[in-house]
Amino acid sequence: MSDTHAQTVSYVRETMLPETDPPVKERGAVKWIRENLFATWMDAILTVISLYIIYYVVSHVGPWFANGIWNAGSLSECREIRNATIGTDASAACFAVLSDRWQQLVFGFYPQEHYWRPVAALLVFLAGLAPVLFDGIPRKMLFVTAAAPFLMFMLLWGGPIWGPIVVGLGFVLGYLAFRALTPVSKLLSNLAALIVPLVFWMFLTGPIAGALSSIAPIGLEFVPSKDFGGFTLSIVIGVAGIILSLPLGILLALGRQSNLFIINKCSVAFIEVIRGVPLIVWLFTASLLLNYFLPPGTNFDLMLRVIIMVTLFSAAYIAEVIRGGLAALPKGQFEGADSLGLDYWQSMRLIVLPQALKISIPGIVNTFIGLFKDTTLVVFIGLFDPIGLSNAIRASTDWNGIYWELFVFIGLMFFIFCFSMGRYSLYLEKKLQREHR
Amino acid sequence: MSTMTDPPKPGFRLSQLIYDTRYRSLTIQTVALILIVSGLAWLVSNTVANLEALGKDFNFGFLSNSAGYDINQKPIEYSSQDTHARAAIVGILNTLIIALLGCVTATVLGVLAGVLRLSKNWIVSGLMAVYVEGFRNVPLLLWIILVFAIMSESMPQPREFRGDAPTASMAVFDSVAVTNRGIYIPSIEFTRSLSGNEAVASQEGLAPVATGWQDWALIIGVIIVSIYVIRLIRRRADRIQEATGVRPVTWWLQIGVFVVPLAIVAVLLGATIVQPYLKGFNFTEGVHLRNSLIALWLALSLYTGAFIAEIVRAGILAISKGQSEAAYALGLRPNRTMNLVILPQAMRVIIPPLISQFLNLTKNSSLAIAVGYMDVRATLGGITINQTGRELEGMLLLGGFYLLVSLLISSAMNFYNRSTQLMER
Repeated sequence: MSDTHAQTVSYVRETMLPETDPPVKERGAVKWIRENLFATWMDAILTVISLYIIYYVVSHVGPWFANGIWNAGSLSECREIRNATIGTDASAACFAVLSDRWQQLVFGFYPQEHYWRPVAALLVFLAGLAPVLFDGIPRKMLFVTAAAPFLMFMLLWGGPIWGPIVVGLGFVLGYLAFRALTPVSKLLSNLAALIVPLVFWMFLTGPIAGALSSIAPIGLEFVPSKDFGGFTLSIVIGVAGIILSLPLGILLALGRQSNLFIINKCSVAFIEVIRGVPLIVWLFTASLLLNYFLPPGTNFDLMLRVIIMVTLFSAAYIAEVIRGGLAALPKGQFEGADSLGLDYWQSMRLIVLPQALKISIPGIVNTFIGLFKDTTLVVFIGLFDPIGLSNAIRASTDWNGIYWELFVFIGLMFFIFCFSMGRYSLYLEKKLQREHR
Repeated sequence: MSTMTDPPKPGFRLSQLIYDTRYRSLTIQTVALILIVSGLAWLVSNTVANLEALGKDFNFGFLSNSAGYDINQKPIEYSSQDTHARAAIVGILNTLIIALLGCVTATVLGVLAGVLRLSKNWIVSGLMAVYVEGFRNVPLLLWIILVFAIMSESMPQPREFRGDAPTASMAVFDSVAVTNRGIYIPSIEFTRSLSGNEAVASQEGLAPVATGWQDWALIIGVIIVSIYVIRLIRRRADRIQEATGVRPVTWWLQIGVFVVPLAIVAVLLGATIVQPYLKGFNFTEGVHLRNSLIALWLALSLYTGAFIAEIVRAGILAISKGQSEAAYALGLRPNRTMNLVILPQAMRVIIPPLISQFLNLTKNSSLAIAVGYMDVRATLGGITINQTGRELEGMLLLGGFYLLVSLLISSAMNFYNRSTQLMER
């Protein structure tokens, strides 16, 4: 045993000292600042530089923003108000341009008395989108989703209501034919589901819709595509492109993965050619060259051409993203599907695609965000997107020379749309995560 | 025995084309081929009919006609008397210039922002998050126009630099002038040029100017050789370290090999820095970077930099924590851990998307149209098409150029991917 005992030790503590607080440097705000802002010399320098940048931006933009003038009829009036109220050297934003022209930025040249229509179309779109995006919404809402495209078309372009209804009827007919023939033969039912609506659309839609509208001419006033502009135009092109490009992209990705030689090579060529050339060149192709490739005398809507081009463009990108997802899937999944006796489409639909799409969600949403941002490029072929309208507003004598306010507004709107798309993709990723956490 | 299925009958029935998987793929492909070929034939026949109706033919002869328009940024000799083909080449060079400049600055910005966004420093990482999200979520076109507006609206006019009490002054030791007409930076000229140009006196007190491409070629050649020698020195250091465990100190040798030959060549060529100065209503001499170039360059690199930052961040985060912990356990210091363990692995994740960002940047440079930068879209795909009315040929050439660039870059990327792929056994 030890030699030490009570007699040889000079001092033994018999009572505990009261607990003291940690030193000032190790607690509360000081500790947080030390650890997060001034941990090392490098950190301290970076912090100081960052603070200076923040100060610089805030001290320049802050007063400009806070002094903003919202009520004025022109830029010169804005300046007069500023000189009268704040002082001649003060920087003040002239947001009056927004309160004066916001309708133009949002709706373009859409007839003023019909402004409710794009708004209603947006609401229909959101109602149709909700059951797709979120689980908590009753499944019955999916019927709204199915009807939404036709309803939106009716609201936005107007015209007799029979056109979209008869086109929708084509889908129903195709489905009925599919159901009727399924017991007979699978191949036949698939073919019928393809051919019946096509025949219906090609030969019967026009006469039926014409007859119906002459019998019962109900519908909204027709608004031509050239009146679309501003964010209405961006959103219409963006949404149409997004909805159409996803299925096309999936097909292209499957084509690229396929071991059928011809289909594979055609998909690869299509994807590489589309991806290799900038969108702007494709848009010029749409506006300059498309007439060469179509039968003589055809001339169709510039906006429709743009939607087609944008769709093809983003479909190629989505195909590449999904190809990545397919490649990341373990081979056992494909083999497992085969061993269950599923045919190609079943195994893709039930086993492969759900997993591959889940992996590629971030990439797909990024492509969508890119597509939405790229809708601004239509300004170069003469459509009036928000940037084109900001040029038009600047061209008027009232608002000649106004830049920042318009840019801030447009940028902010795009930021809100794109950022929320990005956040949704993060939410979806988290929701679909099935790995061990 | 009655349950056994019949052995397949010999011979071929037509229904096998659909139901037998051995033949079905053949059927599908034949149908697809017929559809595709007839679709293409339809397009081509339409085009032929349309061209005929318009009375046009399809040939590229217009390329050798005189262009008749001027280009404001000419990396090679060009005048309006030159051919459309030469105008197209000038445009191609301008596209490549902006692409190269943009890629370099975007990489620097992106790597910096990506690393800083991972920093534990709360303010710095927050600031970088604002930068990345702000630029990623707003259209590039808006940024280009915005930078252009800043340059041409908020910068001082050249005349504000004049007089005894100028309201604007030149930056960086009076050598860089930022004006609303663009930025003027000093240029390097060679008095004893290899090109044999006559030395021309430029301004009182400044060195005479005579520079040809040969001088720059020589300098670039010297730099390449120096880099090669530096790599040899490093390899030798590696060998010695592997053999003895002690790494020889070589940094002074590396710097010397890079600097000394460059300095000697520069002195032999008589390199002088020529500063821009105010003459008349504008600056002259030096290099004039136009607003269009600056706007496109800055906006492209800030925008692409934000994407690269995310790639770099994802790449570093993709390396599992065990790697750095193992490196610390081996006793490596943090910077050696980064250089020897983390980065080599992160590079494999970072490089492929990085290169596809470079590709995007190159393609996005076609937005030059917004600010009037004369890239290949503006010359070949713009003015040339308008003047000759050859949309089909012009657009084909333009698309072909972009396609060629993108195929070249992606094949280089595939080569890289193959060489760095993990060897799985």
